[in-house]
Amino acid sequence: MTDTTTPIGDERLKQETFFAKLMKRPELGAIAGVILVVAFFLATADSAMFTLSGIMNFMTPAAQLGILAIGAALLMIGGEFDLSIGSMVAFAGLFFGVCVVTWQLPLILAIPMTFVFAACVGAVNGSIVIRTGLPSFIVTLAFLFILRGLSLVGLKLATNGSTQLRGVRDAVEGDWLAPIFSGDAFEGLFAALAQAGLIDTFKSGTPKVPGIPVEILWFVAIALLATYVLLRTPAGNWIFATGGDSNAATNSGVPVNKVKISLFMLTACCAALVAIITVMDAGSTDARRGFQKEFEAIIAAVIGGCLLTGGYGSAIGAFFGAIIFGMVVIGLTYTGFDQDWFQVFLGGMLLIAVLFNNAIRKRVTGER
Amino acid sequence: MTQDTTFHHGDAPNAAPIIQMTDIEKHFGNIIALAGVSFDVVPGECHCLLGDNGAGKSTFIKTMSGVHKPTKGTITFEGQEMNFNSPRDAMEAGIATVFQDLAMIPLMSVTRNFFMGREPTKGSGILKRFDAERANEITMEEMRKMGINLRGPDQAVGTLSGGERQTVAIARAVYFGAKVLILDEPTSALGVRQTSNVLATIDRVRKQGVGVVFISHNVRHALAVGDRFTVLNRGKTLGTAKRGEITPEALQDLMAGGQEMAQLEGSLGGTI
Ligand SMILES: Nc1ncnc2c1ncn2[C@@H]1O[C@H](COP(=O)(O)OP(=O)(O)OP(=O)(O)O)[C@@H](O)[C@H]1O
Ligand SMILES: [Mg+2]
Repeated sequence: MTDTTTPIGDERLKQETFFAKLMKRPELGAIAGVILVVAFFLATADSAMFTLSGIMNFMTPAAQLGILAIGAALLMIGGEFDLSIGSMVAFAGLFFGVCVVTWQLPLILAIPMTFVFAACVGAVNGSIVIRTGLPSFIVTLAFLFILRGLSLVGLKLATNGSTQLRGVRDAVEGDWLAPIFSGDAFEGLFAALAQAGLIDTFKSGTPKVPGIPVEILWFVAIALLATYVLLRTPAGNWIFATGGDSNAATNSGVPVNKVKISLFMLTACCAALVAIITVMDAGSTDARRGFQKEFEAIIAAVIGGCLLTGGYGSAIGAFFGAIIFGMVVIGLTYTGFDQDWFQVFLGGMLLIAVLFNNAIRKRVTGER
Repeated sequence: MTQDTTFHHGDAPNAAPIIQMTDIEKHFGNIIALAGVSFDVVPGECHCLLGDNGAGKSTFIKTMSGVHKPTKGTITFEGQEMNFNSPRDAMEAGIATVFQDLAMIPLMSVTRNFFMGREPTKGSGILKRFDAERANEITMEEMRKMGINLRGPDQAVGTLSGGERQTVAIARAVYFGAKVLILDEPTSALGVRQTSNVLATIDRVRKQGVGVVFISHNVRHALAVGDRFTVLNRGKTLGTAKRGEITPEALQDLMAGGQEMAQLEGSLGGTI
């Protein structure tokens, strides 16, 4: 008893406009937010904000946050939180600093070791969450303090009482891996562009923007990779399923625990990457590194369309969420406004984003 | 009601069982959900598992599909003792299940739900990726076979009707159930046409040599396709009967756990 009618399009389906389709994408809110924020600053900020150097100015902090936010977004889609990413940046920074300064290791060893170290901490986080069944919110809140404290204690041990570990720049000077994790990329191209008169230069003829800061490239690459994994691979399906309903996912054969632990490891590695980049950039590491970044990352992920309940969201959304963040933080300095409006702005964005996400989820699920 | 149906019934099961569950006990803390249940499925039969609400049917099939580990008892799969650590293990062995709660994710599309945990891929190495076109095609095709024309494979499962959702779960299990297909009240939300489709599907896969475990509260549905009937009551087996050895009335009484049925016999005409 099979149906005889073969449907060619379905009469029960209204033609969906491009706009209506767009309305169902999780990243829509973040893209709309970017447009709004750009419009706002175009109207109020000094025109210098949207020159090449102005753009690099706000993209650099956006990228540093965005790398964390994409990790946080994947974890949120998988149904968990990690409040310890900020502290993880400090902790991984300390480990990396000790590797290159105290142990004098070359980057080819120090960087993989830092990632492995971070992944281990992430795995501990994840295993505790899974073994105990406690909300990850509480477990990682504990690690927020534990890791921050360990960073302080560790720094003092490594430096005989100081809370700053210096000498990273000297230690990595000349290392062939350094350009991949610090400084600017495409310097040759920018110099050529400057010579051709295509970009602004100083009087001396050197370009005002010497290149693209490497973190921006990392940021873009990670956003693309994460989007590909989420939308085009089985692993992405597992992440959505795990966050959507971990019980149903387990019963359908998704290795939920593995997915969750891997995601915790991934966020920790994102924190380690930010740590490596910023420590090499600053030439030193201190215990305040990454302070409160966990909240900013989660906010960027939420602005990017991630639901707090998991199972829905996008990496591209988090990408734009982080850019909004960077634009607001830096953009206010180009305006006449008091910089402290930043926090008000942030809270407001978060609130709007959550309301918006809720509405989108209702559309997608038909709400019941 | 006659026992003759349009379906072909396998001969009395005499082949070796695909899966054999012996003296299964399952305790949840101090709650004893199963107190020694034995059950087996042979290839090409439909073995109905019947019983009152709370009898332990769902708990039992969950030990069979790797969700629960039995507290006591052994599971023998194709002659070898098996210890499923997760539903994934059971699936890889060829056991597919329609759970009573369907195990669907409302926010995900029909296709993504259909292939959850077993996504078809194309390409190889790091380019190995989810083959969305093929997955969509298979999903639409399998759903059509079950008598449901979906609006589109990318519709979120949360927006499907209850019966449509149940059909997705059934189609998925049928598609993946290579050796054993377990259906926990698969027809509870279905329309008449879809119900008969599901019963016909059970018959079809049984002919292909799949062992089917069918849980139902509906005696007619059970009798329509069942080859053997095992009745559970309060975590224990009341007994197993072969098709033709038991009258619908006797079976219905057993399913009610031997307790008095509400006195409506007259108006209901004896069948429920
Ligand atoms: N996870 C659990 N924890 C505690 N008790 C449980 C659990 N799962 C099932 N039970 C108990 O085991 C008994 C059997 O439940 P089960 O779901 O197997 O019944 P069932 O036969 O499928 O009933 P129904 O026909 O209503 O679906 C019930 O009394 C139930 O309360
Ligand atoms: Mg049940």
